[in-house]
Amino acid sequence: MSTLTPTIPAKPARGSRSTEAKAPRAQRESPFARASAMIVMAVFTLYFLVPIWWLLVAASKSRSQFNSTNPLWFADFSLFENIGNLMAYRDGVYLKWMLNSALYAGGGALVGTIIAGMCGYALAKYNFPGRELIFNVVLGGVLVPATALALPLFLIFSQISLTNTFWSVFLPSLVSPFGVYLARIYASASVPDELIEAARLDGAGELRTFFTVSVRMMVPALVTVFLFQFVAIWNNFFLPLIMLRDETLFPVTLGLYAWNSQVNQIPVLRDYVLIGALLSIIPLIIIFLLLQRFWRNGLSAGSVK
Amino acid sequence: MSAPAVPMTDAPGNAARKRPRAARPRVQHRGAILAFVLPFGTLFALFYLVPIGYAIYQSLLVIEREGTFGQATEVFGGLTQYILVFQNGPFWQSIGRVLTFGAVQVPIMLGLALLFALLLDSPLVRGKKFFRLAFFVPYAVPGVIAAIMWGYLYSPNLSPFSAVTESINFLSADLVLWAIANVVTWVFVGYNMLIIYSALLAIPGELYEAARLDGAGQLRIAWSVKIPLIMPAIILTAIFSIIGTLQLLAEPQVFRSFSSAVTSTFTPNLTVYSTSSIPNFNLAAAFSVVLALATFILSFTFLKFTQRKEAK
Repeated sequence: MSTLTPTIPAKPARGSRSTEAKAPRAQRESPFARASAMIVMAVFTLYFLVPIWWLLVAASKSRSQFNSTNPLWFADFSLFENIGNLMAYRDGVYLKWMLNSALYAGGGALVGTIIAGMCGYALAKYNFPGRELIFNVVLGGVLVPATALALPLFLIFSQISLTNTFWSVFLPSLVSPFGVYLARIYASASVPDELIEAARLDGAGELRTFFTVSVRMMVPALVTVFLFQFVAIWNNFFLPLIMLRDETLFPVTLGLYAWNSQVNQIPVLRDYVLIGALLSIIPLIIIFLLLQRFWRNGLSAGSVK
Repeated sequence: MSAPAVPMTDAPGNAARKRPRAARPRVQHRGAILAFVLPFGTLFALFYLVPIGYAIYQSLLVIEREGTFGQATEVFGGLTQYILVFQNGPFWQSIGRVLTFGAVQVPIMLGLALLFALLLDSPLVRGKKFFRLAFFVPYAVPGVIAAIMWGYLYSPNLSPFSAVTESINFLSADLVLWAIANVVTWVFVGYNMLIIYSALLAIPGELYEAARLDGAGQLRIAWSVKIPLIMPAIILTAIFSIIGTLQLLAEPQVFRSFSSAVTSTFTPNLTVYSTSSIPNFNLAAAFSVVLALATFILSFTFLKFTQRKEAK
């Protein structure tokens, strides 16, 4: 896993290069090369965006127009009525699923990032016996697929009657070995020992130094860890599928899956599945947009210091 | 600055040095280290190490009954479950299926991701910000949702491309595996592209300038300068893709409601799931252990193989 080492600490170098090197080169390329590059990009933009466009269009149609109108263009725009119907269906169980997903992913990624950051920081900045052993065990954890753990976790949780609870999905989601790995690599590259020393001279305790000084230097790595873990938990399917029976505990992925597998018996669910699918991807897109900016700010701040 | 600090508090680099008044080598800041490591360490032990141990333990048990309807008891059965695993045809077929899937889908996906990253990094493309975002958006779509969406796009009568889907049945037994491969590719190309792209951005620009002065074109620079330098990032994406392929679950599970060609043992993880819902936990645990080991060995071998090749 040492393969990532050269890329991560080197990242802050990007700001310096893109400004100086790009402009003078742009003129020299042949028009043919440029046209074919743009065609490739345009074709694949269609490939990546048309399915989402179709979903948006389909979710905005009433059922009678779903089959009878152009599937890739709007008919009467009834998206908001459809959303209203979805929210009202079965006492708003869909909203409950979205909230559950937000809790599992938001809470899990937040707590998970903090503890992974602390552990990675300790592995990078302190010398203690067993340090390498801990790091290697955690690295092995990166290669263990999370789905392989779902079944044994279910068996253990059923022994202590913890299956079918919020905690059965939330607690295992907190652990991110990859987060520890990334935090360690980043902390050793970006938190100077002198800074920690200076904080010690000022009389700050170790924990306080971490939370007030070191964390700031690690922001880009921590945001990345948060993002990865948020997505992993939001997308997680196997663990909730195996753990949960009670519909009100479902994350949105499991809920929509359950509806989709009943479409043949209850045709009205098809509308709700499509609208629900559209709504379920909006939070992740927003998170990406918000954190992308944050992440970039963190990167440029890191390269200035 | 650090010089006067040494006598009072050892810098981490000096911590191994014994201090004269300590009788044995003492670890600096022991309490703080514990406070940093314990929260993650405890959860890692509880939700990673213990389950792995428990899965191995469960896989060594067999259910014994006194007579046909007698009380069932779990007794130690040695490697009995593993013998059953190796005799289980559908399980190995599912392994073969995901290996075929991976051998085709992973190179296509990473090839596209590399191509897009190189194009974004070249002076050939305008509107980089837009393309970067447009290609990355599918990653925000959870696998389950992407599978549901594509399930409709493939369906013969509901699809917006019914002209195509009426003549080619993407959900048939022959094609459904590749229909799923397309869903996975659609979701993950942009993500892999970003990892490779950020590795490209980290290459100092002077390296290209030197190559350009020597008269190298974009293709030549990409092939001889950029790709060798970003090999570690490509290997990383390959390993994560291999792990992901062997773990394939959400997409085929969703496709079961679109296509009867996706059986309950279509992928190894589906086999684990359907075996545990029988319920036959001991056999399912043995499947899990074999699958995790296979994943570990495959990604580890790949890592070693590529590292050795690079060293040459």
